[in-house]
Amino acid sequence: MESLAAFFDMGGYGVYIWPGYVLTAVVLVGMLVASIRFLRSNEARLQALQAENGEPSGEA
Amino acid sequence: MKRKHKRLTFVVIAWGFLALATALVLFAFEEGIVFFYSPTELTEKKPPAEQRLRVGGLVEEGSVEKSGTIVSFRVTDLNNSVPVTYEGILPDLFREGQGVVAEGRLVGGVFVAAEVLAKHDENYMPPEVAEALKKSGQWQGGSP
Amino acid sequence: MIQKFASPARFMRLSQVLLPWMAGLTVAFAAVGLYLGLVVAPADYQQGESVRIMYIHVPAAWMALFCYAAMAIAAAVGLIWKHPLADLAAKSTAPVGAAFTFLALFTGAMWGKPMWGTWWVWDARLTSMLVLFFLYLGYIALVNAFDNPARGIKASSILVLVGFVNVPIIKFSVEWWNTLHQPASVLKIGGPSIHSSMLWPLLLMALAFTAYYLWVLLLRLRGEIIANKVRVLRLRRVHGQA
Repeated sequence: MESLAAFFDMGGYGVYIWPGYVLTAVVLVGMLVASIRFLRSNEARLQALQAENGEPSGEA
Repeated sequence: MKRKHKRLTFVVIAWGFLALATALVLFAFEEGIVFFYSPTELTEKKPPAEQRLRVGGLVEEGSVEKSGTIVSFRVTDLNNSVPVTYEGILPDLFREGQGVVAEGRLVGGVFVAAEVLAKHDENYMPPEVAEALKKSGQWQGGSP
Repeated sequence: MIQKFASPARFMRLSQVLLPWMAGLTVAFAAVGLYLGLVVAPADYQQGESVRIMYIHVPAAWMALFCYAAMAIAAAVGLIWKHPLADLAAKSTAPVGAAFTFLALFTGAMWGKPMWGTWWVWDARLTSMLVLFFLYLGYIALVNAFDNPARGIKASSILVLVGFVNVPIIKFSVEWWNTLHQPASVLKIGGPSIHSSMLWPLLLMALAFTAYYLWVLLLRLRGEIIANKVRVLRLRRVHGQA
């Protein structure tokens, strides 16, 4: 337990280190999720259009 | 010439002029871009007492004196040095032999700092390696 | 040659294969890099444990410049050779580059406060990096500002090329002028001045960020290509019915 506390304390610099790591994770995961959603919504739009037109709904 | 060759030539030439113009502007404004002056530049410059500026260099070994909350030390570039006084909290990296940048005014030959910042170099290593290098005399780095 | 190599149809097939690889590489590099950086790597002889911010700050700053260079090349290819995939690659890179620039600035502030004694200074390195962030934001605003996507791409491509003068300024700012920011530790003449126990996590995190960029780039490019297809189909239908 004590070593875990020391790990998070980082010699007193934890208050600067951890916000840096956490915000990096939040921004990068957020960007990834937004990109996947952007792709999925466009795929859905294309499939809907192709279905209406009676075209085969293949990739690209 | 084909159209794409025309476009290529245009982009290359236009970018060349842009780079040249930028270089000239930066050269002209060098005074404004420089973050601090060295003690040598400061002694040559002799700025008026009301002008706020920054001086940067190394904290001279053995020059740090603390009396109450007031710290005085000398900033050196190994040719010239300037005495500095400062009242306030020093950054963690403030040490003798380490880089420092002080902002304030030069009053009667003494630099009265309103803010003191630490500047570190580009060397990164574990403490044991720094110790070993110093022992073998291969390197004269700042003290840990 | 470029036209044949990078046709959208071929890209869709190739990217489908590459996507899981990029995802896997990102996770693997980040896992090893974080373990080495946060657990194994020693504290610095001067900066102590605070040096661990370096393992995200430096790769993020490298990626900020790398993404901008990639965007400038893509914009030039798009402008000169009129390649649609290059235009879309520039557009898809911009948000990733902006994110990395923001993270470099933020983690830099988190490192500067304990070490330098300040969150921010207006020295040449920090200021030119802030300019880079605004260039990214300007590009993103401009590329979406036109009703006609082709005009948006053209105007914003010119902005990217003009802004490219900032890239060598950022890189060499620490050598050309006095700055509070340190000079380069890794990409410098005479080899890195950073101990291998700290260099490894740094390089692994840089690889993780590079794989992440390619992963997101492929996702966004696929999205843009499909969005273009949707636009064409809708136009065709409007004209067919008219």
